[in-house]
Amino acid sequence: MKLLIHICLFIPFIGFAISLAIRRGREANMARLALVTMIGSLISIVAAVSYWLVGGGKPVNVHDLSLYDDKAGHFHFFLDFFMDRVTSVYLLVGATVGLVVVAFSRRYMHREHGYGRFFNTILFFYFGYVFTVLAGNLETLFMGWEMLGISSFLLIAFYRLRYMPVANAIKVFSIYRLGDVGMLLTMWMSHHLLHENVAIYQLNFDGNQTIILDHYGEALFLAIMIILAASAKSGQLPFSGWLPRAMEGPTPSSAIFYGALSVHAGVFLLLRTYPFWKGIVLARVLIGAIGLATAIVGSLIASTQSTIKGQVAYSALSQIGIMFIEVALGLEMVALFHFAGNAFLRTYQLLVSPSSVAYYMREQFYHYALPVYPSFRFPFMRRAYMGAYLFSIREWNLDILLFKLIFKPLKKLGKPLWFIRRKSVLYILLPVYALGIVLSYTHMVTIPYLRHGIAVVFGILALAVVVKSYNERASSRLAWILLVMTHFFIHLAISFNLDQPNFLEAVLYLGGVSLAGVVGYWCLDRVRVAEGRIIDLNGFHGLVRKHRFTALIFLLCCLGLTGFPITTTYLGEDLMLAHIDSNQYVLAIVVSLSLVVLGIAAIRVYARVFLGKLTRDYHNKLELTY
Amino acid sequence: MLLENEVLHKLGHYLPSQLALKDFVHHNTLHAFERRPFHDALWQASQAFGYTTYLSLEEFRAMHGQGRVSDEALDRAILAGTPAAPGHDQAAQLAFWRERMFHYSPQKAISGRLGQVRKVFKDQLRINLGKLTHPILFRLLSAYFDQGVATWRLPLPPQGFLHTIRQLSTNGFANIFKTNRCRNLLLNEQLTVFDLLEMLIGDSRLFENYLFDQQFEHPGWSGFVHTVSCQPATLLEHRPINLKELVVFELLLELDVVLHRWKEGYKPIGYLVDYPVIPIDAPCPADDDLPVVLRLWQESYEWTYFNEVLKGLMAPIAITPKPKPSFQALFCIDDREYSLRRHLERVDPTCDTYGTPGYFGIAFYYQPEHGKFFTKACPAPISPAHLVKEEGRRKGHRKDPHLSRRSHKLLWGWLIASFLGYWSLLKLLVNLAKPSLTRTTNYSFAHMDQKARLLLESTGQVEHGLQVGFTPAEMAQRVEAVLRSIGLARNFAPLVYVVGHGATSTNNPYFAGYDCGACSGRPGAVNARVFADMANRPDVRQLLAKNGLTIPPSTVFMGAMHDTTRDQVSFYPDAPLSANNQAIHEKHREYFEKALKMNAKERSYRFATVRRSLTTDQAHHTMALRAYSLFEPRPEWNHTDNALCIIGRDQVYRHLFLDKRPFINSYDYREDPTGASLIGILSAAIPVCAGINLEYYFSRVDQQMLGAGTKLPHNIVGLFAVNNGIDGDLRPGLPSQMVEIHDPYRILFVIEHLPEVVQKVFDSQPALYHWVQHEWVLLCVLHPMDGQCYRYCHGEFAPYVPFGPPVSTVQNEGDILEVIDKQKALAVRGQLTNELL
Repeated sequence: MKLLIHICLFIPFIGFAISLAIRRGREANMARLALVTMIGSLISIVAAVSYWLVGGGKPVNVHDLSLYDDKAGHFHFFLDFFMDRVTSVYLLVGATVGLVVVAFSRRYMHREHGYGRFFNTILFFYFGYVFTVLAGNLETLFMGWEMLGISSFLLIAFYRLRYMPVANAIKVFSIYRLGDVGMLLTMWMSHHLLHENVAIYQLNFDGNQTIILDHYGEALFLAIMIILAASAKSGQLPFSGWLPRAMEGPTPSSAIFYGALSVHAGVFLLLRTYPFWKGIVLARVLIGAIGLATAIVGSLIASTQSTIKGQVAYSALSQIGIMFIEVALGLEMVALFHFAGNAFLRTYQLLVSPSSVAYYMREQFYHYALPVYPSFRFPFMRRAYMGAYLFSIREWNLDILLFKLIFKPLKKLGKPLWFIRRKSVLYILLPVYALGIVLSYTHMVTIPYLRHGIAVVFGILALAVVVKSYNERASSRLAWILLVMTHFFIHLAISFNLDQPNFLEAVLYLGGVSLAGVVGYWCLDRVRVAEGRIIDLNGFHGLVRKHRFTALIFLLCCLGLTGFPITTTYLGEDLMLAHIDSNQYVLAIVVSLSLVVLGIAAIRVYARVFLGKLTRDYHNKLELTY
Repeated sequence: MLLENEVLHKLGHYLPSQLALKDFVHHNTLHAFERRPFHDALWQASQAFGYTTYLSLEEFRAMHGQGRVSDEALDRAILAGTPAAPGHDQAAQLAFWRERMFHYSPQKAISGRLGQVRKVFKDQLRINLGKLTHPILFRLLSAYFDQGVATWRLPLPPQGFLHTIRQLSTNGFANIFKTNRCRNLLLNEQLTVFDLLEMLIGDSRLFENYLFDQQFEHPGWSGFVHTVSCQPATLLEHRPINLKELVVFELLLELDVVLHRWKEGYKPIGYLVDYPVIPIDAPCPADDDLPVVLRLWQESYEWTYFNEVLKGLMAPIAITPKPKPSFQALFCIDDREYSLRRHLERVDPTCDTYGTPGYFGIAFYYQPEHGKFFTKACPAPISPAHLVKEEGRRKGHRKDPHLSRRSHKLLWGWLIASFLGYWSLLKLLVNLAKPSLTRTTNYSFAHMDQKARLLLESTGQVEHGLQVGFTPAEMAQRVEAVLRSIGLARNFAPLVYVVGHGATSTNNPYFAGYDCGACSGRPGAVNARVFADMANRPDVRQLLAKNGLTIPPSTVFMGAMHDTTRDQVSFYPDAPLSANNQAIHEKHREYFEKALKMNAKERSYRFATVRRSLTTDQAHHTMALRAYSLFEPRPEWNHTDNALCIIGRDQVYRHLFLDKRPFINSYDYREDPTGASLIGILSAAIPVCAGINLEYYFSRVDQQMLGAGTKLPHNIVGLFAVNNGIDGDLRPGLPSQMVEIHDPYRILFVIEHLPEVVQKVFDSQPALYHWVQHEWVLLCVLHPMDGQCYRYCHGEFAPYVPFGPPVSTVQNEGDILEVIDKQKALAVRGQLTNELL
């Protein structure tokens, strides 16, 4: 079984890795590789699922690679994979839809500028999907989760020199990041609650169930965080506004992401973490309520949508709302059945959406009936009806709500920090940091409460720094430096929790940060020199056309800095969280928020410098499909 | 200063004018500039609106490197189009301009004059008005226009856009505006645009510029509103609206935003604007040689190709008189029909084919049985007075359960998703593996049932102000006009085919653009069949005979339609055939079959995904699959590469391989010494062909602003247009998948007649003359006596002296396929275009 699971993981990974090596313009090679990968993956998944079924269909756990173990039993980071009903259904649906979409795109994307990039991203997404679905513990799941997020960003912003796709990609990424707070805090809390990095299958053990029921408060917090993550990823209320906005990429990518796979990831998370919250009635009620609300609101909005993709997006959402209800009721099989059908149906509807003009016009031509306008007995009814209609046209202001929820507070928070400029970073933040180091390592303060208090203060400082970075407009380099400093402040804050400095962990965490930070700074500086001007963040610059290579490196740096599992920062972040005690809610939330804002701010820098604007002149040839 | 109505009128004039998708009709994208000389217009449009109007210098230079722009053409363009050097030193003149053409590379961005006033909001007030107002504006507009996507339709009868908005916001609990001021303003029906601008901008000198800034942030929507206000019939469900309503509502939204933001008091921004602002349509003097350089490149690029064509047309050929034709066939002037005609004449050298606009001179509305509406079966500008109905349809309309609107309802959705969902996967897999006709396909032959009859004869009945059917006299008049204009007045073969054309495609919102343009973007089968039925009627023939046009009783007309995507022809044998005719018809069918296959083979070379080694049968099959494939964004190339319009007899061009570039209208100057028929032909051909040609031109050179961008992320809005994503502007123009291999030449009209007659024709038709006068279309006349071409330039015809070696001529189909093979080799090397050989 272990071997089969490894093969299931290995095939998409190797496919993705090879795809990176294929040169630009080699459409046939790329398509062949993607197709072979998807077919191979489907075969391996069918084999794994069959083997598992023959073996009795009992949940199987595979304890895998150990990445970090502090030997004290305090923190053990390991990859872990898991196979059960949920896994196998998600795998099969994923592989089928993936194969369909790849086979479809092979011809559909022909001659599109970025053909290779499209398949790179699709394969990367697919790898992330399989990884997530097979994950056996939260840490592993989170790795896959992050891959889904970043590949989503890349595909929404596929037309990377246009403003709208890039702006919407940032919006979607931000909401994903918000969901990631949920994931981070879930990991943190479960670690403390169960005293180890548990594998999911262990949750059903009686001992663990007892723990969960005994610590009702903590367990409820945990459940709410899971619900936050799941709702954000699956576009449930109040996050629904992002899903239609994500339909900016080529139609097949919209189909695979927002019709079929990515959007059902929230349902998957709920199914997977069912043992965490099954005993908590309040959590089940909450999930059901969110689902019900989304189902109703979603279908109301869907009925007033006058674009096909918007309509499919909202009706997919309302069906996912129903799935939330099913999951809350514990109807796992019903939900799985519903998921697969919904995924296929929405994929189909999106892929044939360009046909709809001809199809519906014809239908209307032969079956047209004069519209019947509603009449009302009471004026009140009329007002309610019109109001509901207008409200649904406005998509229940969900988009505005998101803006108010995420972006506006960030902007407001940033205003008082106007005095930090690129030069003054040195005079203001560095001394503070140095002071912190002294305080932390010399053990001048030994009273635990006070140390915790100082930790929170530095945590808030980290948040302030990253918020400043998010609001920075004048200089991309300053924004970048502030991002790097955020990590240092986070580390500093956590270090107040340690009895003695742990250098290995510091190197793991800050080493990755420094590497990404230095290289990233170099990239920005290179661009500044080449362009001969300071690259501000007031608008989009679209420099990827001129600086392809630098843009790629910088993107990798952004990923490294945001704790994407390509540098040791990823591990470091988890370690940091693990060092926060279970009663330090404030610190945990502040640190998680900082990490979230950091992700948004980093992607913002990347997007503003390299994407989102097309400058045209009389001399240079322009690809038609930019 | 202009009055409000004048400003709005001017605004409407510059906005794109594209009808709803179902009526896709090609038109000159820069129609607003049509009254200026071509190159001036292009420069003006580029400077004022930021459009790209030529290929880039880089592309021109690369084509020179490939030999696609010849040195000779370049030198001629320079000498004819630039001021002479001091002392008339031609060498110096050439050297100077050649240097400019090859080495002058200004890197300045194309920006335009839009946004001069509006940028104040973003730069100085730090408020992005578009971001805050566009989503709700677009949503309300698309809900208002929606033709059947949303399941919850507008709950009020549409009686004007503002009226509807007022009703919605006063009769419901929800509000559109945040401020009471705007709520009250909305209710004021006397509100003018300038009143609002006074509140928002303040300075009346900026009003016009501001309106342009505002509306050109979403030219797609504004243009559509304006188009619907001018041609409301483009929406089946009518939606009264005008540009003023849109502008008023948008200004109210903006005012609402600023009043809400600056509660303490908003000061109109006029005082913040750097004055003077440049009016959008002020002249754009060139500050360097760039416009001249671009013009020279464009002209030498065009004339490198046209030179070859004219050389071919002038090549002396021995004209062998044709024996009695085996059959005659009338086709549309469409460039796609030309290649089929060419193959048909190779397969059966004794047949005669003709080109004439594909509505075959009969304008009417058509109503399929069970159809709730009429469709126009003639060019878009004509308003027909007749109606033709279909009767006895066998095949009804079939629905696709997976596209049922119920799937978007809550509980139905649950049922459909859980159960039918799995079946949709199967459908996808089947289409991927083996594409075939499905319910989502827009099938050319579905427009009219082959088994159904058409009610042709008038019974005096009138429906909706239209006369049902035609009287015999009306029929005779129409048939005669067409037959005479193409020069088919005697020597009739036993069978005369009348071949319309249509296209089949799947997943293609632009389906109407692939059908017959002369039939308003519908398949032309109805017209072909109507024409044949008319010409077969004994009473009509009697009337014709009276006018000296005698059709022998043994001659039978037969309607047919060519499906240009699948290369198939279906016949409509309505009239009984004698045994003899039946036998020869069977033979002709085989000829058609063979010609279609070769045509498919020829078309296949332009597709990089079709292998070159395929046999004609295989190629035919492969090409047909494109029509059904969900994953195929290019069912066919449509009018790509159109560059010529030839009006003359077939011996003028019969010896040439003109690829699929020419529109051809058959015309015999001997039948029309005064040019009376020519006026009719040109009145149809110039607007239609130039419209197609210029739309392809501008969509190709500026895919971002004048074209629709790539098709792949498109989203269907209300069944009438496409946009990108959910919140984007509508995208008029052609998508990249239609124009990417198009060579942006202007169209060259070649008319076979005496120059003085042609001159007289144009003099009498100012509406046609301006196209030629301002060089939006180029004109040459082929003198039938001396075989010499005369190029129309600066108001007169001058003999054209070609350069370069003589062109090779094509003898048989083997040569053509060889040409094709050679072209494919070129295409593989990345030069995805073609030259005349």
